[in-house]
Amino acid sequence: MEKDQDKIISDVTTGEYKYGFYSDIEMDRIPKGLSEEVVRLISSKKNEPDWLLEFRLKSYRHWLTMKMPTWPNLKIAPINYQDIIFYAAPKERKNLTSIDDIDPELKKTFDKLGIPLEEQKHLSGVAVDAVIDSVSVKTTFKETLAEMGIIFCSFSDAVREYPDLVKRYMGSVVPYTDNFFATLNSAVFSDGSFCYIPKGVRCPMELSTYFRINSANTGQFERTLLIADEESYVSYLEGCTAPSRDENQLHAAIVEIVAEKNAEVKYSTVQNWYPGDKEGKGGVYNFVTKRGMCKGENSKISWTQIETGSAITWKYPSCILRGDNSTGEFYSVAVTNNYQQADTGTKMTHIGKNTKSTIVSKGISAGHGQNSYRGLVKVLKNASNARNYSQCDSLLLGDKCGAHTFPYLEVDNSTSIVEHEATTSKIGEDQIFYCNQRGISTEDAIGLIVNGYAREVINKLPMEFAVEAQKLLQISLEGSVG
Amino acid sequence: MLIINNLKASIDGKSILKGISLEVKPGEIHAIMGPNGSGKSTLAAVLAGRELVEVTEGTVTYLGKNLLEMTPEDRAKEGIFLGFQYPIEIPGVSMVNFMKTAVNEHRKHKGLDPLSASDFLKMMRDKKELVEIDSKLANRSVNEGFSGGEKKKNEIFQMAMLEPRLAILDETDSGLDIDALRIVANGVNKLKRPDNSFIVITHYQRLLDYIVPDVVHVLYDGRIVKTAGKELALELEEKGYDWIKKEIENNVTA
Repeated sequence: MEKDQDKIISDVTTGEYKYGFYSDIEMDRIPKGLSEEVVRLISSKKNEPDWLLEFRLKSYRHWLTMKMPTWPNLKIAPINYQDIIFYAAPKERKNLTSIDDIDPELKKTFDKLGIPLEEQKHLSGVAVDAVIDSVSVKTTFKETLAEMGIIFCSFSDAVREYPDLVKRYMGSVVPYTDNFFATLNSAVFSDGSFCYIPKGVRCPMELSTYFRINSANTGQFERTLLIADEESYVSYLEGCTAPSRDENQLHAAIVEIVAEKNAEVKYSTVQNWYPGDKEGKGGVYNFVTKRGMCKGENSKISWTQIETGSAITWKYPSCILRGDNSTGEFYSVAVTNNYQQADTGTKMTHIGKNTKSTIVSKGISAGHGQNSYRGLVKVLKNASNARNYSQCDSLLLGDKCGAHTFPYLEVDNSTSIVEHEATTSKIGEDQIFYCNQRGISTEDAIGLIVNGYAREVINKLPMEFAVEAQKLLQISLEGSVG
Repeated sequence: MLIINNLKASIDGKSILKGISLEVKPGEIHAIMGPNGSGKSTLAAVLAGRELVEVTEGTVTYLGKNLLEMTPEDRAKEGIFLGFQYPIEIPGVSMVNFMKTAVNEHRKHKGLDPLSASDFLKMMRDKKELVEIDSKLANRSVNEGFSGGEKKKNEIFQMAMLEPRLAILDETDSGLDIDALRIVANGVNKLKRPDNSFIVITHYQRLLDYIVPDVVHVLYDGRIVKTAGKELALELEEKGYDWIKKEIENNVTA
């Protein structure tokens, strides 16, 4: 009987990362390495205006003065920046007016990933911006959205068509000097999504960007800028996958969100970058800077993330609560299995009056995974009546994994109320057996238990993605209790 | 239905069951009594398929199949139900979700379609009434925050939902007050049919006032040392387990 159990486990763990395939598409790649010439080359390939080139050069020069931070609870092999290709784009990217203009290989890729590029056949009404290897390939529903004044396009297109908007907001939430990887991104970013919701408009559909790293040895440096003008609302979803490779791939992206008065932005991420194989070889390095500025009064920004992939996840989606009565939320489920590592959390900075923040972080560690929550709740001197609730839970599967918590509370205003709760639990063999005895297989039992644990966070996702997230959670933990 | 032949089992190398032989026919209720440490729960664990217990010798045949080669889930789907002595809590997983998954797994195994949400809820309502279980229990996470008695009632509720062929109740009466005991026993009696069987494991005779056994076995030091009808339970109650120990010692020296 034991032999059967082992067979089930090994069958299931040898085939799971189903996005590990590679697409053979003609790519335009620049030579490896990083230098001022490379930065200029990237800018010229994209036909960028001078002001943007200047921004890049400024960032690159600043980057040269910086050192990679060593404070996270992560073991990162040294990164050789001269061994990375900083720009790769599908060749011959014409101005795509119809779905038929897309390289058929590319189309096949997205079909395999289940990403809908065909608007006509698309039932759930999600507008998709498909970004492959840092280049936005297709954005659906552009016209429909344009009728409402909503701009949803690639970052590169936005630079060309809406330079004033981009100039006004880019770098206002994550300045080019912010941190080592943000500065690197500011120098070499290639593309990403741009979104602008005009005053008073409630975006009628989910907006979604789907990122896929395809080429070998390339870094992916996207830049997303999302602006919700006064009284507007948008729900945005970001999905990510990458092929299985032996080498590590660097993903250093920036997401900036600005919410003006009475505006609300929901930003959800389902991240499933290749996590490395069972021995910990390969996998994506996911070093991302995501920050939202609740600029106006009563504005609200919610981050929801399901992180199941990447060899190393290092990110702190944060909110700056500048506007009075503004609200910031962070809901996260981060999984580390096999040899994955995560040092993730959030920063909530309370600046205005009567601001509120909620943090719910659920870590799941399995295999030899190391999962760290790092959160900062900072209440500035004049931030009267600030409220924060933080809950950070860890679930351990097996006895070789780790869960760590580094909560920081810096409170400089005595009228604030800050609450912090933490729990640690494990899925016991007893619980699995109880399910087995009721006819439920071990895999399904883990799925039930993990989804019950993560339910509070999954409920924050748009419905269609909630279902995918549940399946993803179950798959990412297959073979972890044995 | 169940034939156990010379079953020997150990945990961590320590021998617990030292040669158990027992046969349960359809429609029968067997009681297994014995002092602490005699191996009662270990026997239940072996039948349910707990990996912690290593079977070192003997056979167990269930409905003509070799039970020891089946996974715990398959044994369950073939109709074996274990009412746990210490039902475990599973926070975050609602009873409804848990039972729906279990019931539909059983149905799939039998080649039936899964129940629709409304049919399932109706089934839950009916069974709740049958075993007099509080509605509120079903809306909570599995066993979370349940009192001891509620956990035991919940085991009987699950048994009612899964309709097993062979139910093994491991000290279901421990921790129950008289009223709860009566409810649990009632539930069992209502579920009894000519084609299903029960193995009731208990310390005390009390439960057997309500669930009347056809056969009573006394387990001592890993062996069945006495088998008789329901009067045996009454005799044990009167004389205590020391009586059995003395009898065994006498037999050894005789």
